[in-house]
Amino acid sequence: MTDPAARPTPRLTLGPLLYHWPAAKRRAFYQAIADHGPYQEVVLGETVCSKREAPVAEAMAEAEVRLKAAGRAVVRPTIGLAVAEEEVAALEAVARTANAGALIEANDVGALALLSGQPHHIGPMVNVYNEGTLTALAERGATCVTLPWELPRDSVLALARRARDLGIDCGVTVFGRAPLAISARCYHARAHGLTKATCRLICDQDPEGLPVDTLDGDAFMVVNGLQTQADAVTLMVREIPEMVEAGVTALRVSPLDVDMVAVGQAYADLLAGRIDDLAAEDRLLDLLEDRPVANGFYHAAPGADWVAAE
Amino acid sequence: MTAPMELVCPAGTPAALTAAIDAGADAVYFGFRDRTNARNFPGLNFSEKELGDAIQTCKARGARPMIAINTYPDAGDDSLWRRNVDICAEAGAGAVILCDMGLAGYAAKRHPDLRLHLSVQASASNAPAVRFYRDAFNIRRVVLPRVLTVEQIAALIAAVPDVETEVFVFGGLCVMAEGRCSMSSYATGVSPNKDGACSPASHVRYEEQGEIMISRLGHFTVNRFGAGEQAGYPTPCKGRYQVQGREMHLFEDPCSLDATPLLPDFARAGVTALKVEGRQRGKAYVAQVVKTLKAAIHGQATDPSAARPFMEGGGGTTGVYVGTWH
Repeated sequence: MTDPAARPTPRLTLGPLLYHWPAAKRRAFYQAIADHGPYQEVVLGETVCSKREAPVAEAMAEAEVRLKAAGRAVVRPTIGLAVAEEEVAALEAVARTANAGALIEANDVGALALLSGQPHHIGPMVNVYNEGTLTALAERGATCVTLPWELPRDSVLALARRARDLGIDCGVTVFGRAPLAISARCYHARAHGLTKATCRLICDQDPEGLPVDTLDGDAFMVVNGLQTQADAVTLMVREIPEMVEAGVTALRVSPLDVDMVAVGQAYADLLAGRIDDLAAEDRLLDLLEDRPVANGFYHAAPGADWVAAE
Repeated sequence: MTAPMELVCPAGTPAALTAAIDAGADAVYFGFRDRTNARNFPGLNFSEKELGDAIQTCKARGARPMIAINTYPDAGDDSLWRRNVDICAEAGAGAVILCDMGLAGYAAKRHPDLRLHLSVQASASNAPAVRFYRDAFNIRRVVLPRVLTVEQIAALIAAVPDVETEVFVFGGLCVMAEGRCSMSSYATGVSPNKDGACSPASHVRYEEQGEIMISRLGHFTVNRFGAGEQAGYPTPCKGRYQVQGREMHLFEDPCSLDATPLLPDFARAGVTALKVEGRQRGKAYVAQVVKTLKAAIHGQATDPSAARPFMEGGGGTTGVYVGTWH
């Protein structure tokens, strides 16, 4: 274990809610995060499907006010894939709020046309695989880059070191269900015999996505609107010290339908040295109940695998 | 009158390259036999020597050589990717097709005269994204993801008229946004983005259980075929799964893209070039598909059944280009 004083404690970031929860559930969720959550930063907004935004706009606006009043930094993400005219218009509208001082996280490269030259964040859906790309983004105003979920350890550590040299923040997602793909086609709708145009926002029926099992009945993936996710929940704890040592300055937690205040508290306690990594991992596994966990991407194994500590 | 759309054809081997040129390809795209190539499959692609020869063959016969260096370089060591860009520049490639911002920045700075095309693996799906790549890296042409409708393509071209567009018209259909899919690396640990192989053969297993044939990718069963059913390759997005107690091809029915009926619409939209997928296919595929499309581009009636044997599942779809697909 390295000297904890050697590096500043990374901040805890609550990632964007990836699922389409109804307004009441969102209100309660963000109220709890504002009142109790240990997160210093919250990424608040829709990244999967812009059709979901209107019905929950009021609840999300209230959440922003509450979170800011509670002293949390609020970052506004762009949609992950803007294709249709209204999606592109929405992407540009979000990016333009940077002019008024909002902090924007780009998840579709299109946002960079407007954000370049201003301080902004880069989300994990932008392909940042190497130092050349990281540097190109930093030169254009990126002040924090959250790395893609599928990066292996060597890449994460090399990029964290370069981010430190560039003087920008580097984030890694340590908890949550990894997005595996995004499409212009809605598979959630398709599973119900509907299309993106006629979907009736049927994705609101599944608070953690619709399971896609193999024909043998094994859990494999889940569908979440336009997004396909891993079934297994990414969980990284003992990997954190080396990440922080290399230059990771933000640990991101992606919301699931579990006690996310307690999840954040487990990481906060770990970072503060109040519990060790085994205790933190046990606490997180308890909170996840029977959900399978994975850390294979980081350990250069199949992403679905759990690589046990040596 | 505007020039006819350029036909950009795949070559996974020197033999396929010759077949494409013989059949009338205006341009041929191919790549190195290594991880810089998004079709990094055993037995395919070009050694450094073969690649140099292929560029000269293309030039001698009036076809434009385009080299795909379209994976994402490793952190810690991107020397292989840079070296391949340098080789292309020195050999006089007509264009390099790439997706990574870092590599594009290197190529633009180091080889300002080298024409850069943005690979579909960059998934630039809207006008501002195309504008960003143009301004940041002097990208001259963008290969559009297969997620846009014809109307959306027309609007994008109108919004960024100084960047050429290339669209897929025939071949295997990626139903996810390209370059943003880690389903295969979730199952295998081999990353399409980093290693250039989706569903690598090394991780594919077929198991016979009586009359039934099971196809697996890594630990996961991707499909099960009954007697007499053609056993398809276990690509995760083409698999059959259980969803809400029902067995279904959740992501896509087994079929290939055939946008031949839309060629006049692409021309009206202002598309510069048409692309055929299939660097993993043999020279018979390349010859037949290129010949058929070339005739169609020049307005000659074609027999659509000629290309049917080359389609997955034996059927063609105009895919996402018509809005009902979504």
